[in-house]
Amino acid sequence: MSVFVWIETLDGAALASSWEALGAARTVAEALGIGVTAIIFGEKSGDIATEAGSRGAAKAIICEADELRRYRLEPCAALVSWLVAAHAPAAVVAVATNRSRELLASAAADTSSGLISEVIDLRVEDGAIIGTRPVYAGKVLMEMTSASATTFVTVRGRAFPAPPPDGSAPPDIESVAAAAIAPELQTEIEDLVAEIGQVNLADAAIIVSGGRGMASNPADPPAELRGEAAAIWKAKDGFANTLRPLAEVLGAAVGASRAAVDAGYIPYEHQVGQTGKVVTPDLYIACGISGAIQHQAGMRGSKIIVAINKDAQAPIFKLARYGIVGDLYEIAPALTAELRKRLT
Amino acid sequence: MHVATFTRSTPDTAARVWVDEAGAVTWGDVATVVNPWDEYSLEETIVQAKNGGGESTVIAVGSALHNDALKHSLAMGLSNALRLDEAGADTTDSLVWSAFAAGAIRKLGDVDLIIFGKESVDVGTDQHTAQLARRLGWPLLSCVSRIIAADYAAGAIQVEKTLEQGKQVVAARLPAVISVLKGINEPRYPNFLGIRKAAKARIPVWSAADLGVDLPAPATSALRYFNPPAREISTEMLAGADSEAKASALVDRLFEEKVL
Repeated sequence: MSVFVWIETLDGAALASSWEALGAARTVAEALGIGVTAIIFGEKSGDIATEAGSRGAAKAIICEADELRRYRLEPCAALVSWLVAAHAPAAVVAVATNRSRELLASAAADTSSGLISEVIDLRVEDGAIIGTRPVYAGKVLMEMTSASATTFVTVRGRAFPAPPPDGSAPPDIESVAAAAIAPELQTEIEDLVAEIGQVNLADAAIIVSGGRGMASNPADPPAELRGEAAAIWKAKDGFANTLRPLAEVLGAAVGASRAAVDAGYIPYEHQVGQTGKVVTPDLYIACGISGAIQHQAGMRGSKIIVAINKDAQAPIFKLARYGIVGDLYEIAPALTAELRKRLT
Repeated sequence: MHVATFTRSTPDTAARVWVDEAGAVTWGDVATVVNPWDEYSLEETIVQAKNGGGESTVIAVGSALHNDALKHSLAMGLSNALRLDEAGADTTDSLVWSAFAAGAIRKLGDVDLIIFGKESVDVGTDQHTAQLARRLGWPLLSCVSRIIAADYAAGAIQVEKTLEQGKQVVAARLPAVISVLKGINEPRYPNFLGIRKAAKARIPVWSAADLGVDLPAPATSALRYFNPPAREISTEMLAGADSEAKASALVDRLFEEKVL
């Protein structure tokens, strides 16, 4: 028996946050006195298996079949379900991403197993795996366990440290063929358009976010724009020419409040909060964000929060370790200039 | 053609939610709203049913608490609402939930498309979405940011998904289960006529026996709910003669905190 960890891959490389799942899987495996088996599908699975070994996986099961070259739910779920039925692992762990969430839920349904999702803490008590997870947008935490032979677990990104490669012996690698278990495909991937050069919010160690205050940009919009259209132009210009340079010097992702997204200042993909992304960076810099409870739900787990706001009474300051009362259009460029001097 | 969607009542997004002394989750006497992610799936259900010239059904699994979300859905313009409730069933377990929901979809018999919101804010997951698709044997398209084409007569759908790495165009056969993201549409507000019609609506309640479904034993159990530890924060307000001085003071602190 072992603990499975699904290493998510993209274009022949492991997703860096997948190694956090391996760390979480090791915690469970060590408590149960068993080893970790990495499950890897797609191109270069063998190379990735070697890296999994160096990070503490005793074994790897790989499938390099053509059907799995690009992630697709049906063949991947069929294969995970088949492997779980054949090996009866104590747990199947993955880092929570759009793909792993649907994959583990599907395989858990196929094998009538319990799934504990978006876990931020894991422990083993009397042989039972217990996960702590946020509910009600993080306003409440719960502990959940599973009675099934295999417990499926997705762990939230940045909740568990990734074990560094330590030169352990290469793992015992087993290669399986997908052809026998790949079902008739019901979906067809037609196109993948990757956003280039954008830092993913969920993985970001530093996030610079903008709110409604982005519209107070002193830059002059084109003369034909009036009212709301002028405000949108000012905010978009601010995200592109004031926040983006600050994010770039920090290697940070750009986030936004719901107010900024709903006003049309920036696309939804950037929204942090209750109906956006929940993030836990080391550093969160909130610029012109008042700190509504919906926004707090998405970022209150950040290690260090910095608030820059004109209004000294803004609720965001209650969450912040450091606060600056001032105009973000003066403070942010000064911060960018100072960081350029001292980080390069 | 027939489009179905699932929703639930959840505490208002601005409400404080906490665990009381008895260990139960409460939000005091604050009103519930439809699960915030479902505003988009409800709107898309209305739009798709209209485009396909068919009907729409909104379903909630659980107690009478969810009647409010169903009535809001009817007021928006969904054609039918129904609730699945079984005394003693633990529908917070996603395997129980999905078995119950699959029974209802089979009983309806003619559903072409099921549309979910991204996740349920109360349970903090979307696992029931994928598990319903699996139980029905239907394809799942999650994180849909745009329906590019839906041909109900030919039984085909083409969507744009938004994943962490970017956008992806995926086609599938119908019937299918999809989950939609914020931004796919502008949810409408219920109008006066809709609200009056919804207020008068009687919502049928189906039990597992009505559906001929044997609900499985739950695979998970909630051990306890608790309040997140309070953040001990002492806020230091950084002062300075000008913006440069304030920025410099902040950079000093960030180096001390070792976050740079």
